[in-house]
Amino acid sequence: MRRRATISPDTTNRTAAETGLDRARKRLKPPPVPTDDRARSRLVLDTMILHLHPARIPQRTLKWTYTWGLGGLAALLVTMLVTTGVLLLTNYTPTAPDAYLSILALRSNVWFGDLLRNVHHWSANLLIVVAVLHLLRVFFTGAYRPPREVNWIFGIVMLLLILGANFTGYLLPWDQLAFWAITVGTSLISYVPFIGGWLGSLLLGGPEVSGATLLNFYALHISFVPLSLFVLMALHFWRVRKDGGLTLPRAAGEAPVEKPRRVTTIPYLIRRETVWALSWIAIILTFSVFVSAPLEGIADPNLSPNPAKAPWYFMGLQELLLHFHPFVAAIVIPSLALAGIISLPFLDHLTDHEGIWFRSGRGRSLAMLAAGCSLALSSAWIVADDLFLDWAAWLGNWPTIISNGFIPLAIAVMVLALLDLWVDKGLDGTLEERVLFLFTFLAVSLVVLTIVGIFFRGPGMELMWPWSIASGH
Amino acid sequence: MNEQPIDITHSDEPAVDRRSFLKIAGIAVGALTVAELGGIGLAYLHPRTAEGDFGSVITAGAVDDFPPGSVTHVTNGRFYLTRFDDGGFLALHQRCTHLGCTVPWDQATEQFVCPCHNSQFDDAGSVLNPPAPRPLDRFAVTIDAGMVLIDTSSAIARDDFDGSQVVYA
Ligand code: HEM
Ligand code: FES
Repeated sequence: MRRRATISPDTTNRTAAETGLDRARKRLKPPPVPTDDRARSRLVLDTMILHLHPARIPQRTLKWTYTWGLGGLAALLVTMLVTTGVLLLTNYTPTAPDAYLSILALRSNVWFGDLLRNVHHWSANLLIVVAVLHLLRVFFTGAYRPPREVNWIFGIVMLLLILGANFTGYLLPWDQLAFWAITVGTSLISYVPFIGGWLGSLLLGGPEVSGATLLNFYALHISFVPLSLFVLMALHFWRVRKDGGLTLPRAAGEAPVEKPRRVTTIPYLIRRETVWALSWIAIILTFSVFVSAPLEGIADPNLSPNPAKAPWYFMGLQELLLHFHPFVAAIVIPSLALAGIISLPFLDHLTDHEGIWFRSGRGRSLAMLAAGCSLALSSAWIVADDLFLDWAAWLGNWPTIISNGFIPLAIAVMVLALLDLWVDKGLDGTLEERVLFLFTFLAVSLVVLTIVGIFFRGPGMELMWPWSIASGH
Repeated sequence: MNEQPIDITHSDEPAVDRRSFLKIAGIAVGALTVAELGGIGLAYLHPRTAEGDFGSVITAGAVDDFPPGSVTHVTNGRFYLTRFDDGGFLALHQRCTHLGCTVPWDQATEQFVCPCHNSQFDDAGSVLNPPAPRPLDRFAVTIDAGMVLIDTSSAIARDDFDGSQVVYA
């Protein structure tokens, strides 16, 4: 294996006279010993690369519009986060209220301190976007089906860890933004049945967000979360190789490719990866020079800002909380969603359309249809619920967990079931297409909820136009 | 297993033979180890007692410092002290029962209005407007030698406001 890799295809001169025996003999010969320093360092570098990558890969998988380079970008971002994170540690004090002062000092007194903080901040936020896009790519190309279901599950755990890393990191600057986002976020835990209160105070190290919470989060942020992430990343990459590399992209209607043409990893893959990584490093650095990570006033437990918003990646959840009882919004719906995502490869496990975007031409139209329906229905429902749906008042003598929780949830589930019935019977959809439709519908709903939460919620969480929020301040 | 297991137990031997005894003992010791380490870990992580003022018994002031029909924010104790028109006292945790924001008292409308998701409470902490699922928690109030003492060590959750929660001088 190693030998093949160090020789690129143009240097293997296979003449017609060469017999099978000659080729076997050639293969058994040890690799040529490099004679100068440059060749020696090349060999070391190449063998290092080949610990991660196979020597040769199917040429098709290099197709840019198949992977969009998302997995590699996520790995780059984690590397950048670790590098900048370790550097930030040298200037950070994990105690309240000194944490805030140490960030202020980092920004004003330390050479490139602000830049480093910005790079860490923006890479962390970008990582969430990239990981979610990566998940979507894998879903829409059907690349999660057996034997890749293991990596699908590893991926979901990594996504949760990334959210955990961001959430625990969010508290560290100890400003108003951090304090209240974490207060609201951790209060959700109190709605876990039976053990919620205990679990919450264990995580917070007391009854409210305090210095103890900061230390707990700090410990999680710099040890448990990154370590678990490394282990999972190693497993993830190992599984990609064990599953025989990536799924092979093909056009709709094209038959599965039996013997794909292969090219050597060095230079074909490595060259692309290097260009991609360097471009993103340049983009993130430039962005961080011009746009600073937010930092508000020091945390004040007696004063909640208005509006007190969750971190943007939990805005979808926050929006749900405005419409459902917290137990349903924060516990039931996320658990159902997680269970649904995990069970996807077991529901939809036929590999027929693997490697084809949206499964087929018809699948593409169905996905567009689902996105359109979701856009219309979710935004209509948000507005209706804000303006005139008032379950709690209509069903006044029921506990709010039923009137404002399970009843609207049941209605939402019914709407989904009707849509599914329509795709199944009306449009004569296969199981694969029904899964595609529902997943697309729910994914777009999450995007709608998130966008409404970020841009359309002003003081008092009132629904309003982004421009009137901007002018109100 | 074989069709003909070799019988190493004798009828007069106890029901538990050496092999299964060791197995059971092994499992028991293993479970004990896990329980012990888990217990130690959880006890170690158990919330540290809140430092500073909040969490202890706080002296809010003399009874006469609080005029009837007033609501006073005692920030180091994280509570509001309501004195009703009839002179009774009620201490309310400042933490919104929805998701934990601090609720400011609005004197003009005589309401607590949560800035986070717009829950509203009256001066007794009762919910005027959801999403808050229950009234503001209260702290135990005692009056000793003309001083109002509030025990902030544990917030008392309640489903409704009733007169028994009010303390008189
Ligand atoms: C695994 C991916 C990681 C993510 C997603 C992540 C995310 C975050 C976020 C969102 C913040 C808040 C920054 C801000 O808003 O100012 C933060 C801060 C911080 N992180 Fe990370 N982080 C990661 C890894 C690491 C690692 C590996 C370390 C160190 C070993 C580290 C050390 C720090 C430190 C010291 C801060 C505080 C500095 C500040 O708040 O500006 N992080 N992180
Ligand atoms: S935290 Fe007060 S209304 Fe949500």
